[in-house]
Amino acid sequence: MRRLLWPILALALLLLVNLIFTPGFFSIQLREGHLYGSLIDILRFGAPLILVSLGMTLVIATGGIDLSVGSIVAIAGALACLLIDQEQGVLVAVVLALGLSMLLGAWNGFLVAAVGIQPIIATLILMVAGRGLAQLITGGQIITVNEPGYKLIGGGYLLTVPFGVLIVLAVLAITAFLTRRLALGVLIESVGGNAEASRLAGIRSRGIIIMVYAFAALCAGVAGLMISSNVSSADGNNAGLWIELDAILAVVIGGTSLAGGRFSLGGTVIGALIIQTLTTTIYSVGVPPETTLLFKALVVTAVCLIQSQAFRDKVFHRRGRPAPPRPVAEEKVRVST
Amino acid sequence: MTTLSLGGGRTIPAKYVPVLVTACLFVAMFVAGGIRYDGFATGQIVLNVFIDNAFLLVVAVGMTFVILTGGIDLSVGSVVALSTMIAASLMSGPGWPPYVVVPLVLLVGSGLGLVMGYLIHAFDIQPFIVTLAGMFLARGLCYTIGTESIPITDPTFTAFAQTRIDLFGDLWISPSVVIAAVVVLAAAYVLHYTRLGRAVYATGGSEQSALLMGLPVGRTKVAVYTISGFCSALGGLVLSFYMLSGYGLHAVGMELDAIAAVVIGGTLLTGGSGFLFGTVLGVLVLGLIQTILSFEGTLSSWWTKIVIGLLLFAFILLQRLFSARTRP
Repeated sequence: MRRLLWPILALALLLLVNLIFTPGFFSIQLREGHLYGSLIDILRFGAPLILVSLGMTLVIATGGIDLSVGSIVAIAGALACLLIDQEQGVLVAVVLALGLSMLLGAWNGFLVAAVGIQPIIATLILMVAGRGLAQLITGGQIITVNEPGYKLIGGGYLLTVPFGVLIVLAVLAITAFLTRRLALGVLIESVGGNAEASRLAGIRSRGIIIMVYAFAALCAGVAGLMISSNVSSADGNNAGLWIELDAILAVVIGGTSLAGGRFSLGGTVIGALIIQTLTTTIYSVGVPPETTLLFKALVVTAVCLIQSQAFRDKVFHRRGRPAPPRPVAEEKVRVST
Repeated sequence: MTTLSLGGGRTIPAKYVPVLVTACLFVAMFVAGGIRYDGFATGQIVLNVFIDNAFLLVVAVGMTFVILTGGIDLSVGSVVALSTMIAASLMSGPGWPPYVVVPLVLLVGSGLGLVMGYLIHAFDIQPFIVTLAGMFLARGLCYTIGTESIPITDPTFTAFAQTRIDLFGDLWISPSVVIAAVVVLAAAYVLHYTRLGRAVYATGGSEQSALLMGLPVGRTKVAVYTISGFCSALGGLVLSFYMLSGYGLHAVGMELDAIAAVVIGGTLLTGGSGFLFGTVLGVLVLGLIQTILSFEGTLSSWWTKIVIGLLLFAFILLQRLFSARTRP
């Protein structure tokens, strides 16, 4: 819980800043059977990022990284919209889009685990080619669809709650159950700690790595459906642009180390919420929205510095420097006499 | 030394093989283009590839230094955009002369690189995440300066941009190509004939061993990111000659092109092995893909991305094969 302290404080601080600038920030109303309010908006617009970040958390926990999620977001949205445009039915479109996403993720995992390519580079291939694929699917156009069933995924409400938020809750619950109640989480952490040692200990590292990348891609696929359904169109060029970087940022803010090993799903969710709240704050405070990137840069740098052992040693422990090792030597002498 | 034996008992050192493969690919693409399209197999086509990609070449040279040490620099595209933005805004707004603006831009780029390199070295943070922050920062600064495209109207600048340097025959190049060539030659000299160059290769080969040998690993790492920052700023200036405008959305995704060029050029992503000449070939291959697609006419621009992705895949696979073979 201590690891979550700083992210939670940062989120609380951001929300308080909002409260100062917009007095009614925390109010949530029920209008026409839908929940309305700034907090609900943060959850609703942050839902795709939370999903992508959840998948990214597991990938980073295995010591990898997935740069291709943004392209997969675009591909999933493009394929779903194309199929709906061809009157294939929403269910078929969703299933095929998610299936393709998982397949692409498994391809990433295969390159990392079986071929042995560095994760950054293996997923870079799909990041570059994937944008091309998405544009190939949409034919370079923006496909617009008008289908109430599809609209539900990203823009609809169920039992007064935005449907996207429910999807996130479901995915979070399933992931938390699989990784925290079953042995899977421990296996993932051990692969991230040392893939070779895990393999020698009898863990099927390859299978786990492939599965984790497929899961990350599946999350990205769902996020892609949400994003494209929210605007009822698919844009191969701009959908999910930079979301991979935001997701990595969310994971890092949430306290999961990029070196792999231990991970925190709760931290990631809070990290993603911080990023979304930051965007909202910048709008409500009245700072030009173009400067969002500047704030993000400062946040990344600050978080990384705090996580860096070398930085903490230099800054925080200057006064409390450990005593010189001489007494130990003296003790040894005493024992020997 | 590991060698690849050819027929007839002649052998090529394994370290040259990736560069040779890229060279063969370039020649094959050029010949295929020449057979398929009229007016393709001319010297000017090759020179045009240089002219259109001079900025990418300059940036890729800096990226080669970084990748040779085993690092990565994601900030280059944004620094390029920031350079065009600073140059354009200072010349169009307060009307500063180019001979003040150009050194200033180079200083800003190098300074950004220096800070990133220092963070990476001193606090032991992953290059990936530090340069990611640098990328956000530089893009953010662009948008802070302005969200619109700013035209460059400075007479010296535009005159320089429109200069043609005639070679023999009908062939011509732009001054940008000369700048790129000078950068490549200078970088090749630094990499192969100076202590810094040796230290770059040693750090990429094995940081631990380099440290134990007493090489200044920390200083080398800071230096390569500074060099990359400098090259990005210079690349930005070259791009502003080409575009004659400064815009926050210039060079989006260029870091990927630069990385792709370096990888296709045969430099190992784990560091320690590769040549600058390979990077030049890598840039040429990327440029030739675009030329062929424009000659083809019917193929759309997104095929560029797909082809680059496939090439990346093929070359990374090739690298894997070779690094697996050199390992005992």
